[in-house]
Amino acid sequence: MTFASFIIQLLNGLASASSLFLVSAGLSLIFGVTRIVNFAHGSLYMLGLYGAYSLIEALGRTPLGFWTSVVLAALLVGVAGVLIEVLVLRRIYKAPELFQLLATFAIVLVIKDIALFVWGAEDLVGPRAPGLSMAVEILGRRIPAYDLLLIAIGPVVLLALWLLLRRTRWGALVRAATQDREMVGALGVDQARLFTSVFFVGALLAGLGGALQIPREPANLELDLSIIADAFVVTVVGGLGSIGGAFLAAVLIGVAKAFCIGIGTVHWFGFEIAFSKLTLVVEFLIMALVLVVRPFGLLGRPPATQRITADPAPPLAVPSWTFALVWLALLLAVPLVADRYVTILLTDIFCFALFAVSLHFIMGPAGMVSFGHAAYFGLGAYAAGLLLKRGGLPMEAALVLAPLVAGAFAVVYGWFCVRLSGVYLAMLTLAFAQISWSIVFQWDSLTGGSNGVFGVWPSPWLAGKTAYYYLALAFCGAGVALLWRVLFSPFGYALRAGRDSPLRAEAIGIDLRRFQWSAFVLVGTLAGLAGAVFAFSKGSISPATISIAQSTDGLIMVLLGGVETLTGPVAGAAIFTWLRDEVARRTEFWRAVMGMVILLIVLLFPQGLVGGLKALATRFRERAL
Amino acid sequence: MLNVKDLHAYYGRAHILHGVTLEARAGEVVALLGRNGAGKSTTLKSIMGLVPAASGEVSFGDVRIESLPPHRIARLGLGYVPEERRIFTDLTVMENLTVGRQAPRAGAPSWSEDKLFALFPNLARMRERPGGRMSGGEQQMLTIARTLMGNPRCVLLDEPSEGLAPIIVEQMAHSIRTLKGEGLSVVLCEQNLHFALGVADRAYIIEKGQIRFGGTMAELAADAGLREQYLSV
Amino acid sequence: MTAVLQVEGLHKSFGGVQAVADVSFGVDAGELLALIGPNGAGKSTCFNMLNGQLAPDGGIVRLDGRDIVGLSPRAIWRLGVGRTFQITATFASLSVRENVQMALYSHAGRLRSLLSRFGAAFRPEADRLLDQVGMLDQAERACGVLAYGDLKRVELAMALANQPRLLLMDEPTAGMAPKERVALMALTAGLARARNIAVLFTEHDMDVVFGQADRIIVLDRGALIAGGTPEAVRANAQVRAVYLGGTH
Ligand SMILES: Nc1ncnc2c1ncn2[C@@H]1O[C@H](COP(=O)(O)OP(=O)(O)OP(=O)(O)O)[C@@H](O)[C@H]1O
Ligand SMILES: Nc1ncnc2c1ncn2[C@@H]1O[C@H](COP(=O)(O)OP(=O)(O)OP(=O)(O)O)[C@@H](O)[C@H]1O
Ligand SMILES: [Mg+2]
Ligand SMILES: [Mg+2]
Repeated sequence: MTFASFIIQLLNGLASASSLFLVSAGLSLIFGVTRIVNFAHGSLYMLGLYGAYSLIEALGRTPLGFWTSVVLAALLVGVAGVLIEVLVLRRIYKAPELFQLLATFAIVLVIKDIALFVWGAEDLVGPRAPGLSMAVEILGRRIPAYDLLLIAIGPVVLLALWLLLRRTRWGALVRAATQDREMVGALGVDQARLFTSVFFVGALLAGLGGALQIPREPANLELDLSIIADAFVVTVVGGLGSIGGAFLAAVLIGVAKAFCIGIGTVHWFGFEIAFSKLTLVVEFLIMALVLVVRPFGLLGRPPATQRITADPAPPLAVPSWTFALVWLALLLAVPLVADRYVTILLTDIFCFALFAVSLHFIMGPAGMVSFGHAAYFGLGAYAAGLLLKRGGLPMEAALVLAPLVAGAFAVVYGWFCVRLSGVYLAMLTLAFAQISWSIVFQWDSLTGGSNGVFGVWPSPWLAGKTAYYYLALAFCGAGVALLWRVLFSPFGYALRAGRDSPLRAEAIGIDLRRFQWSAFVLVGTLAGLAGAVFAFSKGSISPATISIAQSTDGLIMVLLGGVETLTGPVAGAAIFTWLRDEVARRTEFWRAVMGMVILLIVLLFPQGLVGGLKALATRFRERAL
Repeated sequence: MLNVKDLHAYYGRAHILHGVTLEARAGEVVALLGRNGAGKSTTLKSIMGLVPAASGEVSFGDVRIESLPPHRIARLGLGYVPEERRIFTDLTVMENLTVGRQAPRAGAPSWSEDKLFALFPNLARMRERPGGRMSGGEQQMLTIARTLMGNPRCVLLDEPSEGLAPIIVEQMAHSIRTLKGEGLSVVLCEQNLHFALGVADRAYIIEKGQIRFGGTMAELAADAGLREQYLSV
Repeated sequence: MTAVLQVEGLHKSFGGVQAVADVSFGVDAGELLALIGPNGAGKSTCFNMLNGQLAPDGGIVRLDGRDIVGLSPRAIWRLGVGRTFQITATFASLSVRENVQMALYSHAGRLRSLLSRFGAAFRPEADRLLDQVGMLDQAERACGVLAYGDLKRVELAMALANQPRLLLMDEPTAGMAPKERVALMALTAGLARARNIAVLFTEHDMDVVFGQADRIIVLDRGALIAGGTPEAVRANAQVRAVYLGGTH
């Protein structure tokens, strides 16, 4: 690479860093004050792009029209943020944090379908910035003038935000609320208004980040989740709550990506290394590296012990044998009475139930929320398929070995993850899931790339839908039973103890990290089993099994059912799978419908379905007494 | 000034306050005494709206406040100093004070940073230090100063002497008398009867969420049986 | 008697603030040593260096003759140091008994089992400890709903579970009623003497300090300014000036 192309790539990287920084800064602000990991932040960015596109079409492709559109789009997205806060989130600030997360997933689904409805499924290519469409010549290469402007915008916004947070009372309030919002309220500050203002600023930044991208990137429906993954990485690498850190991280990642594209494919010592393919994983590699060296990000500090306003988790109740046996008997009888469709749907539900129960194990009792649990599900599925198709193993062996492969990945991923806690941990799990996804997606020759693996069918004696139904019931049921059993073992108690008070756990000699690491491996293996059973039931595997969407589906199942109960995740998996199936057969806009249903549930039952029903039952019983 | 009638409050399904009735008049220091777990802190929290009042009446001045959110109550001029300090550890001493600031209020003493530093000289030496880097006792002083920045007409103090060195406890008693001198009403939760005797005009004794005694400090001081029964000192 | 804990020349500063400067002292088996001093004197900082939470800038900490500087809190616990926290830390979702059993399981190295039921073992032992601290009647309640004073007792039971050589207690009676405070420390003192445990505690309640401690050392602005029997410390003019004030 010559010096000139080095500089060009650097500028390129810096230009894309600006938008990323804007989005991440907003995410960081909102998270800090409201403690909500706003998954819908990427959707706001996406709306920024679409909004700018339409406004420019309406106002004309003149410099005035363009810039008015950008500013208007940002403001409108800010208002959308306010609406989300006022209509949904404000009602559930008292609910457990994870439940708020669920609400933001629902908003992602709704916004995606709104965009689909308004702008259609086609990519929309925006105009180049009027008046700035020329290129500037640097070192003999031509750089779009617009890119140079973008490079300047980043530091300007950084400075403005810094002044806002450090030099104004609003900034002091925001930082105080980041630590203890209840106390801020008791000092006479209207929290609701503070939150709304923070949401406005955060959403506006996301919208601005999106609108500014319109000359560089077509508006499309996949942007929401792809940018949110990037923004998570940036906030975590920079250090949660550190705006300066977000800037640094955005630059670092923007530049690293640009270089990977710039370098292209090189030959080193006879190896061919395709750097351009690295773009998808490079940021996650950076993240994993940074977090191991600096667990709180480049400029982050260990979080001040956030006051937990929620009550401590209630004790878990042991499921009763009669309860389990009745269900088992019912499920055993199903193929005798029900049709093929029901059998297939239930087989799916078994797989997702084990997936959800394993996720619940790690995020509930073990206290480590995973945003990337699909990694193990998908790796289990791929391992099963590849051992069968490429490894030539019999299906039975592939089914047994696949979970171990997923478990082996969990050994590696878990080693990194247990070094962190809270949101940092959650986002690192997401990073590992994305790395897995990218590898599967790009390693065409092994995994079939975006097409996936076909012909992954079970052995003849299991090929019938009924036979496979019993196999799925046996394996998934055993997996669920094992996980529940472990929860009440000394090992499971140690995990719960570590979640309640890491300080005390260490002080009585519990090596918490080791326990958490083992837990990772255990749930990774069982999620892998769920994936393997799923793979053989479908006969094919696609990268979607490792996608962010699959991970969030798992989270929705667990949260819908309720984290604080054992059976909740199973109920959540069943209801979610069934509902998705029902709705998707009826309308193209099934996401919006699902999203609305979830929102309704969130607003009506802030403890999850099973938790909410239990509360209702108790109230009912009390009234009867 | 502050009037509480038959207040009931719950944590989840646990019924903690079973009809608390008490009153603090303008310019008066009232102590709320009781054993561990008697419900002192819960009483203050539910006056402040931090724990919802299930039933009963709370009025402050002539405003009914039992169903108002905490920030509205604070803006009426009722200040709250929590038991666990809860200062903002990332913010400097000066910034902590900024968060507590409210506009001056008619009929209440008004405070500035300098006036507060005169009251708590230890703080004056650490204006730019983040709250997280202060010792327990220094934080205790800051949390009171922060509430006073709101220029309250009445403050609820939860165990202000807790964690303070004896010599600072004396200073604290002196500060509370100063506040009273400025015309502020104070409701004070204490387990330290000695401290309460030194500063309060009247006292209530709370036990299992109910008021068992209300009277002047002199009456309380004279009744050894009462103290033995409810305070076990 | 040999010193269980021996501290020599301990130092710690934060940025420009010298929090602990050249502090040396020892605690014998079965002895209660109180560490007192004005707010900000450096008591908590001292404690955190003894239990491995904070690395000293300089100095030696010996437990039974062995240097423990640089060891993790976990390793220090394994060597026989129990502790209670200024702000209680217990497992809120577990019952009182399970909290104590957790410490017992950990001490016996039996937490790794995946399939046995937790709670079957060490029940009598846990109940005996709970009885000693007067919490047996609440053994089934979750720690998350206990009153503060009761949590302090649970912590004491947990700290005793590994048959410690040394107990570190940072403001063990903060937030308790006066009579309960004295009772808790009297209980601690009785247990310590009976089992030959060395106890180091900080406390602002002078009734507790002068009533229960065998010896007192006084810290001011990071340095030791006095030490000795309660009578000697009470009579010390410098201590009265910086710490006790007029009434004591
Ligand atoms: N979050 C909670 N959930 C359930 N019960 C609680 C909670 N907080 C306190 N309690 C219970 O409420 C009762 C009263 O507690 P409160 O904190 O008001 O007592 P207090 O008089 O202030 O005691 P202390 O002197 O220990 O501060 C206690 O029995 C306690 O166990
Ligand atoms: N992390 C820190 N950074 C800077 N200064 C600190 C830090 N922690 C404590 N200090 C300072 O060191 C001194 C000693 O603090 P320490 O917490 O040990 O006091 P203490 O004796 O326990 O006081 P108290 O009785 O009030 O709890 C104080 O002046 C405090 O402000
Ligand atoms: Mg209290
Ligand atoms: Mg201290």
